[in-house]
Amino acid sequence: MKNNKIVGKQSISFEHPPVITGFSSVAGKKEGEGPLGSFFDVVEEDPFFGGDNWEDAESRMQKMAAELAIKKAKLKPVDVRYLIAGDLLGQLIATSFGIMDLDIPLFGVYGACSTMGESISIGSMIVDGGYAKNVVALTSSHNASAEKQFRFPLEYGNQRPLAATWTVTGSGAVVISQNTSNNSENSEKSSGGNEKKEPVIEIKGITTGKITDYGVKDSMNMGACMAPAAADVIYQNLQDFKLSPAYYDKIITGDLGYVGQRILIDLLLEKGYDISVNHMDCGIEIYDKETQDTHAGGSGCGCSAITLNGYIMDKLLKREWKRVLFVPTGALLSTVSFNEGNSVPGIAHGVMIEGR
Amino acid sequence: MDKNKVSIHDVVSEKDSEKREQKYNKYVKDVTPTHNYVLNTLKAFFVGGIICTIGQGFTNLYMQMGLDKETAGLYQIITLVLLSVVLTGLNIYSKLAKFGGAGTVVPITGFANSVAAAAIEFKTEGQVFGIGCKIFTICGPVILYGIFSSWVLGLVYYFLKMAGIV
Repeated sequence: MKNNKIVGKQSISFEHPPVITGFSSVAGKKEGEGPLGSFFDVVEEDPFFGGDNWEDAESRMQKMAAELAIKKAKLKPVDVRYLIAGDLLGQLIATSFGIMDLDIPLFGVYGACSTMGESISIGSMIVDGGYAKNVVALTSSHNASAEKQFRFPLEYGNQRPLAATWTVTGSGAVVISQNTSNNSENSEKSSGGNEKKEPVIEIKGITTGKITDYGVKDSMNMGACMAPAAADVIYQNLQDFKLSPAYYDKIITGDLGYVGQRILIDLLLEKGYDISVNHMDCGIEIYDKETQDTHAGGSGCGCSAITLNGYIMDKLLKREWKRVLFVPTGALLSTVSFNEGNSVPGIAHGVMIEGR
Repeated sequence: MDKNKVSIHDVVSEKDSEKREQKYNKYVKDVTPTHNYVLNTLKAFFVGGIICTIGQGFTNLYMQMGLDKETAGLYQIITLVLLSVVLTGLNIYSKLAKFGGAGTVVPITGFANSVAAAAIEFKTEGQVFGIGCKIFTICGPVILYGIFSSWVLGLVYYFLKMAGIV
């Protein structure tokens, strides 16, 4: 039997593309002050989000994002079959303590800053496979908890290199549902088009990334660590689906920053694809380089998550963009492996999101 | 074109993974911006100099108040450490360090900052396992190797003295 869902080497084309019915973005103060500030659902001034410590703050942020997305999808937590969630902290503590009260079965995932892409990918497979009507893909990062775990205490005085990125404080949740309404492509064509239909955002397919290591050992230059992984996934997506970059209105990476963007475009050009026109990087968009002192850009799971749920979804709903390839990127950095002399490998996950 | 420059073409076309890593790292180094070395050194010199001048001011002040030079020096160190800790708590020292770089790290104030910053950060993990265990996470190496190297020097001094050289 031929299976049309499996495409090429690393991709899936969904038979019944799941739809995004709810999405939320909870951002910190600095992100709220950035160029995308007005797109976020919630901008919280209190860095502790009402909690006792940074980890608690991140947990509360995740809970806020999950509840908001479920509410926006006009659902209740009991309607959600699975949560697919993760964060940057050891043992995923932001997730485990954040979503406990929601009482929803959980798959905890770790993809470093690519978690949004990974969780949407898995969620979409669950929904398209018929194992759930609604699932929530969720992730977060908090600048202070990430600094504490991966770098230095906040008040420690040091100079950040220009290639360093700034971990985004933010959490995003996406409700992925079966497309149960009659708004499939055929009915849209037959309806004559008198009324303007509500836009539908579908997840057409995914391309799952491999761990890619080009041997960069500089944990302060994560763009360079992740760019080869992003290039690999984008290349594979275009190959698997036999597309040209122009198919997409935007090819959006998670947090490569200025250094990583340059490398990505170089790498893909070398492999025969020019994405310089339609490439966008969430890490570059989220902060104002000149006034916010963030150096190479933003990073963290929250970076791509809130940019997707704030800015990108807005563009899709307004039909300014129709097709995007969303590629959150993750640097698989651990302070242990780093101190033991290992490099920082990268990973990326591609999600094809289309609006109509 | 510069012969030493590695283009992305060299990286992608390299089949040997070890050589590819080397080439990629070289390429990354070329495309990564860095701080202006000269400007940074000047700033560090300036900020570090100011901190030391303030320290000297305190020493002079304490000597005027009647302390001998050695005691005045000790009081001066205590004062600078106190100032640094207070500035750390007020979120000012880290901003100073961003500007001054090594100029704020090298003097005793940098040491105090690294201790105070860790204490603030790990307070939430408790008095024993938080502050107690982690207060020296950054300055621990300085303490350990500082004591170790003084021990080694002490040993050298001891043998030189035995040999009658010093």
